[in-house]
Amino acid sequence: MSSKDSPAAPVEREKTTGLHKGDIVPGVAKVDPIIIADGIRRTFGGLTAVNVDHVEIPRNAITALIGPNGAGKTTLFNLLTGFDKPDAGKWTFDGHSLAGMGAHKVARLGQVRTFQLTKALGLLTVLENMKLGAKDQIGENIFRGMIPSLWRKQEAEIEERAIVLLKKFKLDAKSSDFAASLSGGQRKLLEMARALMSQPTLVMLDEPMAGVNPALTQSLLDHILDLKDEGMTVLFVEHDMHMVRHIADWVIVMAEGQVVAEGPPDQVMKNQAVIDAYLGSHQDVDLGVVTGRIEGELNTAAIDLAEEVKELDANIAKRKETGK
Amino acid sequence: MNTADYRRTRRKNRRGVLVALIVALSAAFSLMAMPAMADEVNVDEYDNSIIGNVKLNSEPLEGVLLTVSGGGYEVEVATDADGRWKVGVPDGDEFSVTLDESTLPDGIAVIDETGEDDTPNVKEAMIGPSGSTVMNFFIGRGERNVTSFFDQFVERIVNGVNFGLMLGLAAIGISLVYGTTGLSNFAHAEMVTFGAVMALIVSVDLGWPVWIAIPLAVLLSAGFGWTLDAGLWKPLRKKGVGIVQLMIVSIGLSLALRYTFQYFRGGGTEQLPGSDSPDIPLFGSVSLSQTNMISMVVSIVVIVIFAWWLVKTKIGKATRAVSDNPSLAAASGIDVDQVVRVVWILAAAMAGLAGVLWAYFRPGIRWDMGAQILLLVFAAVTLGGLGTAFGALVGSIIVGVLVETSSLFIPSDLKYVGALVVLIVILLFRPQGILGRKERIG
Amino acid sequence: MDILQILSNTGSSLIAPATIGYALAALGLAMHFGFTGLLNMGMAAFMAIGAYGYAISILTFGFPWWGGMLVGIGGSLVFALILGIPTLRLRGDYLAIVTIAAAEVVRLLFLTTTFDKYTGSADGLSGYHASFRSFNPIPDGTYGFGPWEYNANGWWVRIFGIAVLALAAFILWAVMRSPWGRVIKGIREDEDAVRALGKNVFSYKLQSLMLGGVFGAMGGIIYALPASVNPGVYVTSLTFFVYTALLLGGAATIFGPIIGSVIFWGVQTLLSNLLPALVNIGVLPFMTTTQSQTVRFILVGVALMLLVIYRPQGILGNKKELTFVK
Ligand SMILES: Nc1ncnc2c1ncn2[C@@H]1O[C@H](COP(=O)(O)OP(=O)(O)O)[C@@H](O)[C@H]1O
Ligand SMILES: [Mg+2]
Repeated sequence: MSSKDSPAAPVEREKTTGLHKGDIVPGVAKVDPIIIADGIRRTFGGLTAVNVDHVEIPRNAITALIGPNGAGKTTLFNLLTGFDKPDAGKWTFDGHSLAGMGAHKVARLGQVRTFQLTKALGLLTVLENMKLGAKDQIGENIFRGMIPSLWRKQEAEIEERAIVLLKKFKLDAKSSDFAASLSGGQRKLLEMARALMSQPTLVMLDEPMAGVNPALTQSLLDHILDLKDEGMTVLFVEHDMHMVRHIADWVIVMAEGQVVAEGPPDQVMKNQAVIDAYLGSHQDVDLGVVTGRIEGELNTAAIDLAEEVKELDANIAKRKETGK
Repeated sequence: MNTADYRRTRRKNRRGVLVALIVALSAAFSLMAMPAMADEVNVDEYDNSIIGNVKLNSEPLEGVLLTVSGGGYEVEVATDADGRWKVGVPDGDEFSVTLDESTLPDGIAVIDETGEDDTPNVKEAMIGPSGSTVMNFFIGRGERNVTSFFDQFVERIVNGVNFGLMLGLAAIGISLVYGTTGLSNFAHAEMVTFGAVMALIVSVDLGWPVWIAIPLAVLLSAGFGWTLDAGLWKPLRKKGVGIVQLMIVSIGLSLALRYTFQYFRGGGTEQLPGSDSPDIPLFGSVSLSQTNMISMVVSIVVIVIFAWWLVKTKIGKATRAVSDNPSLAAASGIDVDQVVRVVWILAAAMAGLAGVLWAYFRPGIRWDMGAQILLLVFAAVTLGGLGTAFGALVGSIIVGVLVETSSLFIPSDLKYVGALVVLIVILLFRPQGILGRKERIG
Repeated sequence: MDILQILSNTGSSLIAPATIGYALAALGLAMHFGFTGLLNMGMAAFMAIGAYGYAISILTFGFPWWGGMLVGIGGSLVFALILGIPTLRLRGDYLAIVTIAAAEVVRLLFLTTTFDKYTGSADGLSGYHASFRSFNPIPDGTYGFGPWEYNANGWWVRIFGIAVLALAAFILWAVMRSPWGRVIKGIREDEDAVRALGKNVFSYKLQSLMLGGVFGAMGGIIYALPASVNPGVYVTSLTFFVYTALLLGGAATIFGPIIGSVIFWGVQTLLSNLLPALVNIGVLPFMTTTQSQTVRFILVGVALMLLVIYRPQGILGNKKELTFVK
């Protein structure tokens, strides 16, 4: 690995501040919100997965959505992007009401998401994956598609844009490989790059760092920070508190479907509700068992936690190694 | 060329048509000149026949429906423009011919000339040594002879429940297999046929009594299920073959088995002993044949035992756990392979039993008899939600009743259409079926 | 045993209208299943609608042959809409079951005596050839050589069929290399991902269903063009046979479906001629000639199983390129 690739000491970039109006409480109003959601509820059988009274996402800032497994983060993502329908609630994006709108229309308005379980299109090449992301393609109409002269020029432009992005995400060497041949982390990168092809205004990333090679995480963080500089808004789900602290301008904490706390990262981390939210779901787990010091039975929550811990340890170890 | 002419061109063998292109054309033209022929059903298949002519004051009546049945054989025919009809019938000397009075013009009915017959529209036909007999009805102005709508309705519901229970035996198996392995098994139809064919071989070919033949057929079916799992499905699961691939494999297996039955038993219909048991009147005009009653009791007993097994026994509980979440079940120490093996054995045994009952209900055993109800079984399972055993049972009874009662309102040759349309409509509103669960996204 | 006759019949089957009809239907399934990942098990209904649409509009309404074809195509488009709107949101296996059910509904509607006046119910339809033949540019006479010797009408049907097939293959190739085709293949891989990129997945699937359905309807028309419309043809097994031909050639390819159909019919015709001949000269003493005709259908089933297990990408497909949809 060349020295250029290894993450340098993180360059602290300016955080965006002054995003909220008034006292910081869960559901606080924002100075310039891009999403305003009200009374969103989603139940699965008897389980209330999401129950958010009011939440606003600040524009042109990086907002982290955190919370223990099963807090309802992914479900909230699904609801906001039209992949799932809430039992109740309404929300607006950029002033458009989105309630009841189909997922593809939401994406066309400029609100694009990625998935927790990566969805690389395995039997398309990496380049084709990228091109698919571009909006308003002439050749995507079946009749015009049959006449190449109509779409060749646009196709060339899209390809150019795709190659630039692939370079940035260090996937350019793979551009003619099937996406199925990529590693898990590379697929995450591809999915994010593909989402950017549509030139969105709001990018929603569901656990973008999970499984990404630690050597790449720093550059991924830089990409996310770049998005803000380019005028986009980012909402992302992440478990790694260091990363959240490092790049987020605002943090929203969910537990058991509700927003239990929000605020600038430093303040939120100190919040008792946050600590409870995290410990709450792990209360019945003996940390000794999780870390492997004590023999014992692990339930699923504990298995998740153990994996997180293991991953964190590995990341830290790798980062130390590559940092030298 | 008008419709009356071309439609009389007889159905042709597919390959023959390709070769005899010109012959076909000239035949079609020559038919134009010929006098209209009687509408004929199954005349080529059988040597014996019943013919007739339906006329009102020597004016022919077209499109009158008649049903010829007897010895487990049943067929419908409509009169042609000259009022004539002809039906080929299998060996056997007694058939009953029923004229559907609702297809006569308004105010017209079959007249009872003796004054003693309550049902002049139903006549018994004896096939003489000539192999052919004529059957005519006296038609005139008069009161129709109809069973009350209510009686008919009740009778159809009873029949429908019986049919539904039989479908249920097959549907539970499909559903269990789907739940535990993810496979939509098209070859289940052939497991149904297998049971019936085994019962036929043991009872008719070997001449053993039915009460031995049927349990033996069910046992053989169970063995068949075990063999299929051990010889085909388990190796494919181990190979990691995807579920769509597995489904297409099951389609291939279905074709191979179905034509294997035809290879050995030919294309005709054969009867199990006791299929012509007498009807026993229950109440009103409702009657059920002895075999149908036994069939109903057997279905209920088997389903109750199955339900007990699924809910109370260890392996039954394990089965439900695997259906719920295979990887979690495996992680919690359940031997998934063993569960799947048991499921295949049970599914095949119940399918085999359903085949025997279906052979009595149709009645008759044919190489493609399972395929005839496969879609109804799928409809039942889908209505109930794929992978839920009790949903499959509820769905089956709904489908059974629907099919049987629908022929009160729509032509009987469209009676399966109703059930299939309901299936499509339900999925429109609940893509996961009535009792099924929604999948996760993201 | 007349080996020459057997080979001649086999050779002739390679360009028979039935083969061309299968190839068109298989192209339609390549569109649906191979490229879009739609498990359409109702192809027989598209073929039936094409054939009945053609025959009924000529026989009952006196349309010219091309009018009949337009009706058949129009009918298949309408059917694709009716079938697709409720079902395209369904998961793969449900879609398969529902499309079979819909195809069975269509078949029963053509078979019932209720509409006998138009459909001929169990007798089917025939005698609709005059208009098509009156457009035959080939002068009367017999042309060709060896197994491929046909009269003017025989050639007219075949040439017309091959032209339609070539056009369909070209259209499929043209749309699949375009950005439209990219979206379609993306849907096969993961429709949620494509939806998240702002594509109207439902609309694309419907377009795919309609385009493939038109191919199927044309297949049905070509199949019925030389002789008759026989309701016994449009059974569920027809769809399965076309799938076998498709998988034989390669599901996600353009030429695979065509080659698969040719092989399918070549082998079928060979066996249907050879096996009875072998029985008659006493080589296969354990079967009758009737049984020997059943054997080839058993073999279709076995072939379908083996193909899916051992060579799911077909003869022309690239192993890496074909996965089965989830
Ligand atoms: N389709 C579904 N059916 C049933 N329960 C679901 C479904 N989707 C999510 N859940 C449940 O909703 C809760 C929230 O899940 P999720 O949003 O995935 O949490 P997170 O992303 O915060 O880890 C969990 O308890 C989960 O089991
Ligand atoms: Mg999540």
